[in-house]
Amino acid sequence: MAAIELRGMPGLWQRIAGLFGSLLAMGGAKAIELPEDRAEGLYHLYKGGGVTADGPALLVRKSLADKVSLSGSYYVDAVSNASIDVVTTASKFKETRKAYDFGVDYAYRDSLMSLGVYRSKEPDYQADSVSIDVAQEVYGNMTTVALGFTRGVDKVLKAGEPSFSDSAKHWQYRLGITQVLTPRLLGSANLEVVSDDGYLGNPYRVARVFGASVPERNPRTRTSRALKFKLIGDLGERNAARVEYRYFWDTWDIKAHTLEAGYSRYVGNDWLADGFVRFYKQGQALFYSDNASSETLYLSRNRQLSDFRSFGLGGKLSYTAKRVPGQYELKIVGSIERIRFNYGNFTDIRTRKAYDFDANLLQLYVTATF
Amino acid sequence: MMDTTQRFAVLAALGGAALLSGCSSWRLPSLPEPWVKPYERERLADPIMKPGSDGLAARHREHVLVVREAARGANSAQGGGCGCN
Repeated sequence: MAAIELRGMPGLWQRIAGLFGSLLAMGGAKAIELPEDRAEGLYHLYKGGGVTADGPALLVRKSLADKVSLSGSYYVDAVSNASIDVVTTASKFKETRKAYDFGVDYAYRDSLMSLGVYRSKEPDYQADSVSIDVAQEVYGNMTTVALGFTRGVDKVLKAGEPSFSDSAKHWQYRLGITQVLTPRLLGSANLEVVSDDGYLGNPYRVARVFGASVPERNPRTRTSRALKFKLIGDLGERNAARVEYRYFWDTWDIKAHTLEAGYSRYVGNDWLADGFVRFYKQGQALFYSDNASSETLYLSRNRQLSDFRSFGLGGKLSYTAKRVPGQYELKIVGSIERIRFNYGNFTDIRTRKAYDFDANLLQLYVTATF
Repeated sequence: MMDTTQRFAVLAALGGAALLSGCSSWRLPSLPEPWVKPYERERLADPIMKPGSDGLAARHREHVLVVREAARGANSAQGGGCGCN
């Protein structure tokens, strides 16, 4: 019996090797493409729940010798914060967050390798990360398999309290598969696991126990998983539709569902219109409490960890202002989205009712591809 | 003492080995030829099929959502920072 098993195994390995070999070899005439050269300028605005955040952002991407593409971006968030947390426990404040990133992409046959560094800086918080991603086209370029890893380190400070200093480390692992299903339909599946270790709260936020304010106490580790499926199809007559679903779960016992759907169509030669809806629903963390009736090791009243749902409705209009085939294209884009947040277990202590608010997102940008 | 995960892994490994050794005629299924040829992918390459491909706008939306929701990950855009409430 053992001899049969041993004789059988090389055959099995040959078959597995043969299967992978045929996956890689099948009709690989078309190599993977580097991202298009482009320049983007964006003005973004978020307004809702007493918070206004706006600012410019710039991105430039340029390829060298059709093998390497370099990219860099700069992003500014000027935040004026009078959110419910701030107005009920402190006073309104303003601060600016700036983010920079730099990336290198290298294409070799059917593989695209990307390396990126990122920094986000605000007066009391700094986040740095390094990412590496590899995408490989297989199966006659019908399937793209992508793997990625990001390592991040955050430095957390507290304004007005120089003795407070803490840090957090993050590990992100990504796996994605995109499949050409028919000449009009693409499907994809993505999995991402994120692990955190360190200070995972907010030094300004308070929790409530018997109506009294106490500093929040979060666990110092967390691991989350997110699994997303997406389908996008060309409906013909210059129309397309998409739908995606994401399931999220973590070690703080939060589970969340996200469902998003969109429809796009060309209007004339120069206009592209897009409409989309988004539903989001999450359950609360184990240690979340609106107003705790006992002292526990961990305690939070962070509404980001509470039971809530949101609904978003948006539209985007893109106008091709200039098109010189084979040389460059210039687009002007405007996008607006309205999101309603409804909290199931977070009381507005000013009105003693469940908290809810509406937010608006605005994006205006110019994109040049060349 | 083995925990449930270890027990499950051992059972799965034993089951897999039994399956493979028991069937000498077992074959991995062969894949069909790629059925969508490169010249049939013109519609898939159209910008209408990449609605979230403008990097900065996608990153902005992702940041707005990730600082307000507990869920994170499995989206293509990257980002970070605190964006505290």
